[in-house]
Amino acid sequence: MEFSGAEIIVQCLKEEGVEYVFGYPGGAVLHIYDALFKQQAVQHILVRHEQGAVHAADGYARATGKAGVALVTSGPGATNAVTGIATAYMDSIPLVVLSGQVPTPVIGSDAFQEVDTVGITRPCVKHNFLVKDVRDLTLTIKKAFFIATSGRPGPVVVDIPKDVTDPRVKIPFEYPKTIKMRSYNPVTRGHYGQIKRAVEMMLGAKRPVIYTGGGVILGEASEALREFVRKTGFPITSTLMGLGAFPGNDPQFLGMLGMHGTYEANMAMHETDVLIAIGARFDDRVTGSIKHFCPHAHIIHVDVDPSSISKNVRVDVPIVGQVGLVLKDMLHALGEIEIQPQSLDDWWEQIRKWRAMQCLQYDRASPKIKPQFAIETLYRVTGGDAYITSDVGQHQMFAAQFYPFDKPRRWINSGGLGTMGFGLPAAMGVKLAFPEAEVACVTGEASIQMCIQELATCKQYGLPVKIVLLNNGYMGMVRQWQEFFYEGRYSHSYVDALPDFVKLAESFGHVGMRVTAPDQLEAAMREAFAMQDRLVFMDVVVDPAENVYPMIEMGKGHDEMRLSPYTTELA
Amino acid sequence: MRHIISILIENESGALSRVAGLFSARGYNIESLSVAPTEDPSLSRMTLVTAGNEEIIEQIKKQLNKLIDIVKLLDLSEGPHIEREMLMIKVKAEKGAREEIKRLADIFRAKIIDVTDTSYIIEITGSPEKLDAFVRAMHKDLILEVVRSGPLGIARGPKGLSL
Repeated sequence: MEFSGAEIIVQCLKEEGVEYVFGYPGGAVLHIYDALFKQQAVQHILVRHEQGAVHAADGYARATGKAGVALVTSGPGATNAVTGIATAYMDSIPLVVLSGQVPTPVIGSDAFQEVDTVGITRPCVKHNFLVKDVRDLTLTIKKAFFIATSGRPGPVVVDIPKDVTDPRVKIPFEYPKTIKMRSYNPVTRGHYGQIKRAVEMMLGAKRPVIYTGGGVILGEASEALREFVRKTGFPITSTLMGLGAFPGNDPQFLGMLGMHGTYEANMAMHETDVLIAIGARFDDRVTGSIKHFCPHAHIIHVDVDPSSISKNVRVDVPIVGQVGLVLKDMLHALGEIEIQPQSLDDWWEQIRKWRAMQCLQYDRASPKIKPQFAIETLYRVTGGDAYITSDVGQHQMFAAQFYPFDKPRRWINSGGLGTMGFGLPAAMGVKLAFPEAEVACVTGEASIQMCIQELATCKQYGLPVKIVLLNNGYMGMVRQWQEFFYEGRYSHSYVDALPDFVKLAESFGHVGMRVTAPDQLEAAMREAFAMQDRLVFMDVVVDPAENVYPMIEMGKGHDEMRLSPYTTELA
Repeated sequence: MRHIISILIENESGALSRVAGLFSARGYNIESLSVAPTEDPSLSRMTLVTAGNEEIIEQIKKQLNKLIDIVKLLDLSEGPHIEREMLMIKVKAEKGAREEIKRLADIFRAKIIDVTDTSYIIEITGSPEKLDAFVRAMHKDLILEVVRSGPLGIARGPKGLSL
């Protein structure tokens, strides 16, 4: 069979098993859109802004583990996609972004809707390609999927000039089954000698802590992690990105660590003598001040990306490998060794004391809806089993703290880049992947407005996600920093002139709901989730003055948290 | 500390900008960078001179290895190696000075490769230190123009950087 470049692209997507392409048409991609029109296998989801397309593909990828695919036109189509691409890059999410480009003969002439997409995206992709010849198209797309999904995943951009997709130029097509690249060979197994060293170090630990990150989820290593944690009996904490890899309600779980981590998790980090970091990257929001980071610890670090190791924090035992395989090898090395549970008794007793402070306690008697209470209610109403996407700010931290995830890939948020506007389009991608599952977007009134146009996409494709808007009238996290560090000068963090979100939802053809009283919240949420085929936009009016606690201020160590006034005194 | 790193990279358009972009994005120094295709036209070889403490150099090597187009790299500074750099210098060569300049070029085993009534162009190859010494030896007022290739490096002995 002979195909044009445009048809080859569609064939490649079919071969890769792509269900959905999120995109927006334009001049440079018209041939591709024509090829999409003539087939049924790959469904195109028309978004309302290219940022939404990439976030939706990203949400799909985070929920399924498969590569998400977006299709955008040249120039502004590509630049609008950049925020989404950078979001995926920072969180190592596998994406293939196809961008149209002006025809090869006019590249460099400042043609209409021309930008140097490869140049603009270079610093925020795992790799990118400019395809100058239709004969290179198939292999390039094969490489793009391979690179995006293997090793440490990430977004790959394929920039395709319009003449490369010319319907009049047809060439034979055969999709390669496998691919090998001499310049790219991601690691698999970790070095067994290093693994044995790590296990010996762990067996000598008096105050061990396991610290896991998004790599455990990306590496499908959740089961291996659970086995490892149970076998060792060690306490475990997780980054924002790793939540759900280990059950949030398990007694061995200390909660999230870092800037808004729990008291017990952060104190355990400060006191630990052997830290086992797995699929985590020692991000500044996790470590606090590097100078004060884990002052007593020997550090073991398992990661698939060698450049993550000893980047921010010098480690003692580096292990480069896929986390799942390394954990299995660690379990093998532990073998029949019985870890004496009583050897950790003192450590667990210390942790119990820290836990007893109940650092996440808040004013439950408040006549206002507390954002924490709203998340707890959401947890109850969804049975703790929903896919939760979020935007960025206080609501994101409250969701991370008060919705204990028991399964991986349920918590979908922009951790690294911190992209406001991520939540709604990401929820669309999740809902398409899992139409039967409950999908809720926890958001704020500032974040939601950054991609609010996607409400129309939800209507067009019948995506009944539930939007839980914690409306405090402020950019809450900005307001909190201004309260703490700028003597309450709330410079431009108050969003005057908010839309009526109920009417706004209705104008898009959805159901709008406003809740202002704590005692009405649960009933309202149950009503919303009962409307299975409708998108319900819940405008939950919450206490505007609430802060996220605990908090490690910039430059402080894990043991220097600012605590909520409702925290119990340390026994 | 100064490190000289040899890199084999796919000879694709934009490969050089990936390396240069990495250095600027992460705030690393590039002292010099030279690049040309190898005997295998699908590969280019770069010689990159950078500086930093051991941790930074370690990160630089890891980040370079992470670039998809980079096939292999070798930190030449870790073992015995040879460095050569080429320099061309254009100098004022008027009546009284011509002999003296010629003698200096001979002492450094440099070659005069262009002659006019008023100027010479001199070519010299050697270690970067030798080139520095040659430029220092030339009277400042005589120098019209200097162009240097940046060092090229190769490991001594049978082992080295190849596929």
